[in-house]
Amino acid sequence: MSIHASLLPARTPRSAFGKLLESEAKYAWRAPVGLIFGVTVPVLVLVILGTVPGVNKPVKAFGGLTYFSIYFPILIVLALAVLSLISLPLHLANYREQGILRRMSTTPVPPGWMLAAQVIINLVLAAVALGILVVAGTAGFGLGAPKAPGGFTLALALTIAAMFAIGLWVSAIARTTGGASVIGQLLFYPLLFFAGLWLPREHMAPVLRDISDWTPLGAAVRSLQSSMLGAFPSAQSLLVLAAWAVVFGVLAVRFFRWE
Amino acid sequence: MSLCSGGGAPGAAGSGAAGFGSVPGAEAAVEVLHLRKTYGTTVAVDDVSFSVQEGEIFGILGPNGAGKTTTVECVIGLRVPDGGAIRVMGLDPQEDREDLHAIVGAQLQASALPARLKVGEILDLYHSFYREAADLGEIMESLGLAEKRNEYYRSLSGGLKQRLSIALALIGNPKVAVLDEMTTGLDPQARRDTWALIEGVRDRGVTIILVTHYMDEAERLCDRVTLLDRGRIVAIDTPERLADRAGVDKRVRFVPSGPFSDRLLTGLPEVRTVEHEGEQVIVTGSGELANIVILTLAAAGVTATGLHLDSANLEDAFVQLTGRHLHDGTGQTRR
Repeated sequence: MSIHASLLPARTPRSAFGKLLESEAKYAWRAPVGLIFGVTVPVLVLVILGTVPGVNKPVKAFGGLTYFSIYFPILIVLALAVLSLISLPLHLANYREQGILRRMSTTPVPPGWMLAAQVIINLVLAAVALGILVVAGTAGFGLGAPKAPGGFTLALALTIAAMFAIGLWVSAIARTTGGASVIGQLLFYPLLFFAGLWLPREHMAPVLRDISDWTPLGAAVRSLQSSMLGAFPSAQSLLVLAAWAVVFGVLAVRFFRWE
Repeated sequence: MSLCSGGGAPGAAGSGAAGFGSVPGAEAAVEVLHLRKTYGTTVAVDDVSFSVQEGEIFGILGPNGAGKTTTVECVIGLRVPDGGAIRVMGLDPQEDREDLHAIVGAQLQASALPARLKVGEILDLYHSFYREAADLGEIMESLGLAEKRNEYYRSLSGGLKQRLSIALALIGNPKVAVLDEMTTGLDPQARRDTWALIEGVRDRGVTIILVTHYMDEAERLCDRVTLLDRGRIVAIDTPERLADRAGVDKRVRFVPSGPFSDRLLTGLPEVRTVEHEGEQVIVTGSGELANIVILTLAAAGVTATGLHLDSANLEDAFVQLTGRHLHDGTGQTRR
């Protein structure tokens, strides 16, 4: 059984996808792992950051942007990492473990729809987190608009693609909720370290920063920060993000099992 | 006599190993030919062939690990067979998965539903999966789920979960329903209600494959039954004929209204033995044993009260045919 099965079977009513999305949304509301961690963790970090004196003061070295504006991309990738590496795989692994995916695979609905519904729900949560961060950042921390909006949007889209591809790969190979949790966290902490959550990239030793450039969240923060500052992201960081997205997207499809 | 003889359905005779569709007019809803499935070095199903006629309730019986679940999981396309061929309403479960799943309803073991969805939401969701779905209200009513529609799946008792699972198997108005251990976990009343429901579904023309290890269930519901043992078919026939084949004596127990001579009964061709156990009399034999005994005694002015008839059943047939008991394992295992 593979994901290759047609995603648009003629015999399945299209409205079924809406119903599926609706019930998955209800589930996400009632078991709010993504809501609690994906949205509140970045907001919590934002609040903590607010207690650090001077984060909302413009910095000359950043072309007049506040320190917060430079930290802002790290909060974005934190939200994306929680949703893609924890929320998504835990939910899908739970569904697999319980036999819910197996049950669905005997209906005319391609279980690929389930993956799509889950990705959509986590993207909506990411949008909510992003919205809160933007509003709070603008109101309280002097967050300005990225000076290279096109580059920012492209880098953000590629980051989302890369992180959800990795998250789907974790969902594909983890047989149980416990397994998904372990694999997700084994990726979560190192990737966020290289994103500069604890030690900003500019303070990293050169060798660490070089490694960071090749990690998905390192490349994400690098390209998002340079967009904030007004420079279009480097081709290297965009290609690194695209490569993570493609490789793990293919691996996720290749190894996905419904039970 | 061929073990695979049909249950008198027209066109079934002679279809044996001839292949699919070779008998014009044969209305086989499900055909399985030389099915083989292994897990590593374990052969789960070995050369299993049977055909199920349209509108039939076909039982698959056997002890744990006999290959029942593996067989039906191949039929509904959940598992890829290592050998043999399967057609369900003319469809190949692997090649035509999406068409197949639109017309086959399945109730599986080892599957669950989202814990934090309500009964009504789950039914509504699965209802939306099918173009020609059944009436939602009717399904809820017939399975006693209507008043449970606002309860979360995780708070349901085992019996209610089972009923919901059956409801989902029927919700798409399937042409073929595959029910794997459908009454496991149900209390006796719910089991009987479910049997009546299944008979109603069959009367609408739905073909049903029933996996069970309950003898009474198979005897009550199934038109034909296949006995499976260690991945192989031991016999296929109607429950009655299988029981007859076992050649086990019938037993009649009763309390006579007055004394009578044993010779009255031992002289009858149907009677083999007559024993007394306290005031009870136990007669063993064959044929229309109970009727003959009652009539003979009545002619002698004796009434048989508290009459009890134990006839050979599928359980006996299974023991006779395999030398093993059906329930020698504990618990349920899949595959």
